[in-house]
Amino acid sequence: MLTRTGAPTQEPLSIGKSGAPEVGGATPGGDAGEVRLERLEHSFGRLRTLAGLDLRAAPHQVLGIVGPSGCGKSTLLELVAGLRDPDAGTIAVDGAHEPAARLARCAYMPQRDLLLPWMRAIDNAALALLNRGARRAEARRAAAPLFERFGLAGFEDAWPAELSGGMRQRVAFLRTLIAGKPVLLLDEPFASLDAITRGEMQQWLAGALAADPRTVVLVSHDVEEALYLSDRVVVLSARPGRVVAELEVPGPRAGDRAAAVTSQGFATLRERAMRALGEGAREEGR
Amino acid sequence: MSRSKAILLPSLIVVALLGIWEAAAQWHLLADALNIEPFLVPAPSEIAEALWEDRDLLADDAWVTLREVVLGFACAAAVGLGLATALHFSETLRRALYPLLVASQTIPPVVIAPILVVWLGFGIGPKIWIIALICFFPITVNALDGLRSVDPDAVKMMRTLDAGRWQVFRRVEAPSALPYAFSGAKIAVAVAAIAAVFAEWSGSDSGLGHLILTSNAQLLVPRMFAAVIVLSAMAMALFGLLSLAERKVVTWR
Repeated sequence: MLTRTGAPTQEPLSIGKSGAPEVGGATPGGDAGEVRLERLEHSFGRLRTLAGLDLRAAPHQVLGIVGPSGCGKSTLLELVAGLRDPDAGTIAVDGAHEPAARLARCAYMPQRDLLLPWMRAIDNAALALLNRGARRAEARRAAAPLFERFGLAGFEDAWPAELSGGMRQRVAFLRTLIAGKPVLLLDEPFASLDAITRGEMQQWLAGALAADPRTVVLVSHDVEEALYLSDRVVVLSARPGRVVAELEVPGPRAGDRAAAVTSQGFATLRERAMRALGEGAREEGR
Repeated sequence: MSRSKAILLPSLIVVALLGIWEAAAQWHLLADALNIEPFLVPAPSEIAEALWEDRDLLADDAWVTLREVVLGFACAAAVGLGLATALHFSETLRRALYPLLVASQTIPPVVIAPILVVWLGFGIGPKIWIIALICFFPITVNALDGLRSVDPDAVKMMRTLDAGRWQVFRRVEAPSALPYAFSGAKIAVAVAAIAAVFAEWSGSDSGLGHLILTSNAQLLVPRMFAAVIVLSAMAMALFGLLSLAERKVVTWR
């Protein structure tokens, strides 16, 4: 890691498990990063949001979760991250159950990019390092190579307000990645973008995850997005959310999104997902 | 073009008003209408003359008042920002102190000022207290509102990026609250000059408020107007300085 003397050491500024400069090389924690939910119950007051949910994401698997709006998808991510407590059931991330331990293993990317407007793009991306006590120059040095790799070269010193929507999302994703956590929780990461940019960003994300595999729980209301990016897609019912269908997406993620989403197999999967969504939505108020 | 217009138009209005006033004063129109002595209605030219003739006196008194205002405002800002932070961090403290904070503002400074003068004497002390008491409220309340208006999702994001409580405050809450704090400070600095006059009226031997009072008693009406103009210019200059500071600090808005 980076120290004043430049000597390799674990302490005190461990950037993730492998260190941010190696992001894309060694994967953090080897096979770490399993997410397992069992009989998860959650409600807001009398409003039941999740009803006995069982889910599992294997290490380095991308688990897509689709469902009608208000089915508790975002709540689910906050539960996994340890930002919220379930009413009943167990959550294990990497075998850890305690909220603080889960928080230490998950990086959460909210729907809005939430870049801090008073920090330059590179400082936003390196936020996790700064939070861990890295000095600004160190943090920037660690983040800079990733700007190059993820198509943001030249925008290191830009203010968030100067970036386009797609670039802001890229910086937000880098920020999540640089945190170096084994599990990424993505909450409709591209929902705020126009359709064309969204498509580009999905392809970009697929590439980023291929280069740097992590366990990902991706929440989306866009079936196509979930199917394209995920290894497995779970369809949730309307509130209270429970699993109505599980779809395995065969093969590795294709680099060419346009070809992938128009293939015969993809169309079949999408039809199954849409039907499951329809059934799940009709159960509302049951 | 539009910028020069923005300056030109209000200037024209001011010049026109001054012209009308000058004419009304020179021909005793207003004095006759009010049935008062003409020397009680000074023309702008007479006030300008007083500004020049009494420049040393005005400068001395302005310096006294400026010191009171700046010190009072600085105390209020320091205590106000500190208290807002403390109230933000502690729910208990907020519940205990917030109602008292509001209650403190319901007592008119006109009432408090003479009491403080009785307690603290004629020096600069009671002036600073009175100005600080008045400035303190808008600064504290605005800063606290700013700290509380933070986006909860941004806080969650920070927590998953290993931020502790202090880092959330330093990197998210405090910067979000800055524009609010500046709004509060600008309100405070604008009323600080008024507070200074109240404070000086309650007992003092110098300052613009004191000068206004004595000029009034001696029927030196042009000098009184001149003091008011200096006071107003001072308040506007302080307001302008704060706005400038805000633009330098809050670059993201």
